Amino acid sequence: MTDATFVPAALDPERRAALTRRRYAAEKRFRLYGVGAIGVSIAALVLLLVSVLGGGLPAFTQTFVRAQIYLDPAVLDPSGTRDPDGIRKVLTFAYAPLIKRSLETATAELQPTVPGITPALLAGMVSDGAPAQLRNYVIANPDSIGETVEFEFLANGRIDQYVKGNITRESSAGDARLDPAQLDAADRLLEAGVMELRFNPAFITNPDASENRPEAAGLGVALIGSAYMMLIVLVLSLPIGVAASIYLEEFAAKSWLTDVIEVNISNLAAVPSIVFGILGLAFFINFMNLPMSAPIVGGLVLTLMTLPTIIIATRAALKSVPPSIKEAALGVGASKMQAIFHHVLPLAMPGILTGTIIGLAQALGETAPLLLIGMVAFVKDFPAGLPDGLFDPATALPVQVYNFTQRADPAFVERASGAIIVLLVFLVAMNTVAIVLRQKLERTW
Amino acid sequence: MTLADQQLRYRPMDAVAPALAERPQAAEKVRARDVSVFYGEKQALFGVDLDIPRNKVTALIGPSGCCKSTFLRCINRMNDTIPTARVTGSIILDDVDIYSPAIDVVELRARVGMVFQKPNPFPKSIFENVAYGPRIHGMTRSKPELEQLVQGSLRRAGLWNEVKDRLHEPGTGLSGGQQQRLCIARAIATRPEVLLMDEPCSALDPIATAVIEELIDELRQNFTIVIVTHSMQQAARVSQQTAFFHLGKLIEHGETPDIFSNPREKQTEDYITGKIG
Repeated sequence: MTDATFVPAALDPERRAALTRRRYAAEKRFRLYGVGAIGVSIAALVLLLVSVLGGGLPAFTQTFVRAQIYLDPAVLDPSGTRDPDGIRKVLTFAYAPLIKRSLETATAELQPTVPGITPALLAGMVSDGAPAQLRNYVIANPDSIGETVEFEFLANGRIDQYVKGNITRESSAGDARLDPAQLDAADRLLEAGVMELRFNPAFITNPDASENRPEAAGLGVALIGSAYMMLIVLVLSLPIGVAASIYLEEFAAKSWLTDVIEVNISNLAAVPSIVFGILGLAFFINFMNLPMSAPIVGGLVLTLMTLPTIIIATRAALKSVPPSIKEAALGVGASKMQAIFHHVLPLAMPGILTGTIIGLAQALGETAPLLLIGMVAFVKDFPAGLPDGLFDPATALPVQVYNFTQRADPAFVERASGAIIVLLVFLVAMNTVAIVLRQKLERTW
Repeated sequence: MTLADQQLRYRPMDAVAPALAERPQAAEKVRARDVSVFYGEKQALFGVDLDIPRNKVTALIGPSGCCKSTFLRCINRMNDTIPTARVTGSIILDDVDIYSPAIDVVELRARVGMVFQKPNPFPKSIFENVAYGPRIHGMTRSKPELEQLVQGSLRRAGLWNEVKDRLHEPGTGLSGGQQQRLCIARAIATRPEVLLMDEPCSALDPIATAVIEELIDELRQNFTIVIVTHSMQQAARVSQQTAFFHLGKLIEHGETPDIFSNPREKQTEDYITGKIG
């Protein structure tokens, strides 16, 4: 009801000026808060990148040592027949003395400048994996037995860390696995160019290695495991999630049942991920008897975890399409399904993709549920190709990071950071694909 | 709908017209009998009886919230999309009750086209906008045929000359008036018998409005048109029959000149003279 006699009093100019000042001040304050918030987040990002890149980039380089090895027939092929089976019978164990003996000349060359060096110490500077590398070569080239062949071995993790400057003479003083003479020898060998630090693609392609050989540890199995799981998550959660959302949003009659489902989906999105891990353990492994540590189980668990995220994002995207578009389609005689699939869904696609990529990114970085289904195991063998490989043991990148940080040898610290870099690159690659797809699909109305 | 009817509908418009003319036709295209609409418990429309004459323009006028759009949306069963809405009574299109279970809604909406208040072209090319309806109804057998149909519809909507060089640009890039004519072209491309227009000019400037009004007058040769409008001048200009709604009831209807010059009911007179509304 309006009251015709009511006339608002004119505002006192002074009061109005004060109000205006207050409004300006509030706006200025708010803008400062905003700049501050963005500043803090940029600082956090820079800090993260600096610490991860600083700590992790050295993991992509490795110290290599060149050595001439005499492949002694008396040791490697006692029967003298070059019979592959006979060669195979010689175990890795027998190759180690071979390396030591071959390094005697090198030791003699070094002795004038490095008095304390012995062939054993010099041999100790190469990776524990060197005899195996040697054996593989001999099995592949049986004719080389009896010749002197130049090999490039990974340097031992300690030497590598010394070359990278992570340990010094002082810090390694009490280290039983490192003799000061080895450090002197390393300096000489670096000068001579026999030892060098360079890019090491094996960090990305190698499987994990034991505690004693940090220099050989790689992310190959974890990368494949993560890729397999992402594939499963994408293939299962996107169609199921989108179909569920379309049904709930467009077809299901609103009733208490749909309300209950809706509340439950929102709640599921907030369930701690480790709970999904327990579910995976109980259902997929104990009940369905799927193999432990396998990407298929990891993928299924992560799918369950990702579904609510995708459903919520898809429903929001479907809701944001103007209803006039659907009406227009219905108006020309499209069926409900045609209207949705021809017009509403394409317009919702960018939003659906955003939700999917957020869900996938979450799944990619998830560690806790994977620990429970055994993906934390030490896996040295690569899983097979698709689809059999889904049932082979594998690990995942975040679990590999966790694994590296659990190990005693300090050389694993940089490998953990390096694995984080690979994880982030994986994530950025996935996001890039999503952004490109989104821009292709983006339409305005 | 009989098979013969379907075959008729899928022939080009020029071929259909004489064929239709041979059949005996009632003067009324649509007959609404005792149509009521409920939204949940609340009744919105109260027992409307209205005949809509063939090849004429019927204007539905009345103050905001009087449910004239609700009635309009009963004629192509667009109210079905609102979960709580319930329609009683019968609406006879030619000789079939469109609310009988035998009627397929999709089929019905191809026969009763609709143009909405706000221009709502699909975010696709101009060509695709017009071609969508014929395509989903399988009305053309070849690409040239479809192209011809699109061109014919755009010509009919008076838009062809403006868009013929940019058929593959987005329909959303057109001006408001052009968008609305595109929507009309889209609606007539499925060869509907009845065209429903829900305040088609309310979002347009006077010049675009004049173009559309002229178009409506031309279209009535081929279509039976029902238009909801807030503008009484518009109703007077374009329509032959006018129906006045107030608070969910049909107050009166008749020949447009009669309603405007000589209303029988006081409420109608109050509305057209600007006392209510």
